[in-house]
Amino acid sequence: MPMHDRTADIASAQAAGTRTRRSGEIHAALSVALLCKTYASLVAVKDVSFEVQRGEVVGLLGPNGAGKTTTINMILGVLSPSAGDIRIAGIDLAQERSRALAQANFAAVYATLPGNLTVEQNLRFFALIYGIARLAARIEALLQQFDLEHLRNTKCGVLSSGEQTRVALAKAVLNRPQLLLLDEPTASLDPSAAQTVRERIRGLASDDGCGILWTSHNMYEVETVCDRVLFLSRGRILLEGDPRRLPAEHGAETLEALFIRLAREPLSAVERTQ
Amino acid sequence: MKLRPIAGILLRQFYLIRGSPVRALPMFAWVAIDIVVWGFITRYLNTMSAGRFNYVPSLLGAVLLWDFFTRIMQGVSTAFLEDVWSRNFLNLFATPLTTPEYITGLVISSIGTSAIGLAVMLVLATVVFGLSFFSLGAMLLPFLLVLFCFGIALGILASALVLRLGPASEWLVWPLPALISPFVGVFYPLATLPRWMQLIAKGLPPAYVFQGMRAILAGHALPAAALLPGAAFALLDVALAGYFFVRVFRYALRTGLLARYSAESVS
Repeated sequence: MPMHDRTADIASAQAAGTRTRRSGEIHAALSVALLCKTYASLVAVKDVSFEVQRGEVVGLLGPNGAGKTTTINMILGVLSPSAGDIRIAGIDLAQERSRALAQANFAAVYATLPGNLTVEQNLRFFALIYGIARLAARIEALLQQFDLEHLRNTKCGVLSSGEQTRVALAKAVLNRPQLLLLDEPTASLDPSAAQTVRERIRGLASDDGCGILWTSHNMYEVETVCDRVLFLSRGRILLEGDPRRLPAEHGAETLEALFIRLAREPLSAVERTQ
Repeated sequence: MKLRPIAGILLRQFYLIRGSPVRALPMFAWVAIDIVVWGFITRYLNTMSAGRFNYVPSLLGAVLLWDFFTRIMQGVSTAFLEDVWSRNFLNLFATPLTTPEYITGLVISSIGTSAIGLAVMLVLATVVFGLSFFSLGAMLLPFLLVLFCFGIALGILASALVLRLGPASEWLVWPLPALISPFVGVFYPLATLPRWMQLIAKGLPPAYVFQGMRAILAGHALPAAALLPGAAFALLDVALAGYFFVRVFRYALRTGLLARYSAESVS
């Protein structure tokens, strides 16, 4: 696609997003337009466009290798897109990386916090990196909120998976982000702990107006937590909609059944329902 | 550049050193051992020369300056390697932290750790072996500054190489000072070297420092003009190393190296 066409398409995609918001002043927590990532001949992500509104929890679903983590890495600024546009709270990530990333945060099972620092030291370190004012009060509040007070002087490396997840989530909300990216945040938790985490995250969206992009392979969790889901396969968005209505709309009994069908036969599954 | 993120990098280093004797000890233990070993060697050589030549300033002084330079370089690269060892790149670089803020944090933490090493070396060399470095007074400062700048440049270069080549390449960057040591004439005049080595030495700032120090110890005035090219090269090297790091960082962003680093999938 010629460059001028792409630029026009990106502008058009963003304008469409802006129109849906009505207010004109409040930006979406995340706006992604025609995002692409290619490695030589391999297309990892192709023309992905979506938005996450404030207070909305959006599930990013797809089989392994679908492009979920690649998409998240591009939004986190640790992977440059080959093309496309990412705006966090209306700030262009490519143009104002530091300012845009100050509005976001993340937690992922594969990105544990440094194990050689204690819980409190880790929070203090990241609070400074995010430039948080009155950090002592903020850290105390988070230690209490995530039930970490008794672990404040424990090195993160010796914590259980569940405790590490709680610390990662406390770090993820340190800067009161407008956009929170969670890559399988409950993957290593027992059902009770996972339930608590889901409730807390749901609260972040509803009470604090944080936009959340959530990846998970747990379809029950997705139905419970997400307002909207995006099905990604082979780097493209195949389906988008309400996780509670999508299965019926596409002739599947459950979200899990739909997921399996899309993962195995992505094109025919979509064509069958169109 | 914002101060808080830089303070964050410094605080992290402080926490790591405070809570870990294995990090605190090498800041002064190895340089102290170096000074002791070379101190006794110079004493022995002084005995052999029967007072005709004082080896203390020329050999022990050279060891002190060289160790200062290597500590600066290792201070920067070790602070960077902490993020490699703790698989912290994804957490760190998905934040508002900018590359200049990160590098500044590494450099300032290196100043702190190498200052401790320098103090230990000066005290030991002066008190135990009678090295009268303090008598050089302010004349010492330009030499230390040139070595400091080149140490910073080499530390940033080493960090960039590890970022580009993967965690295992730390074994490649530790011996970088040893690689350049034959060319810079730490213990011998540059005239001792063959012509091709002298040509390489002309581009290495420490060569000017050690030549200048030998001139001072021989009773000459501060060779400011002779040290200037060394200072210019050192500043240029800092700029080049910074540029190289930024280029490698951008490469790591483009290829996904940075995102994969945390999973140690790069070797």
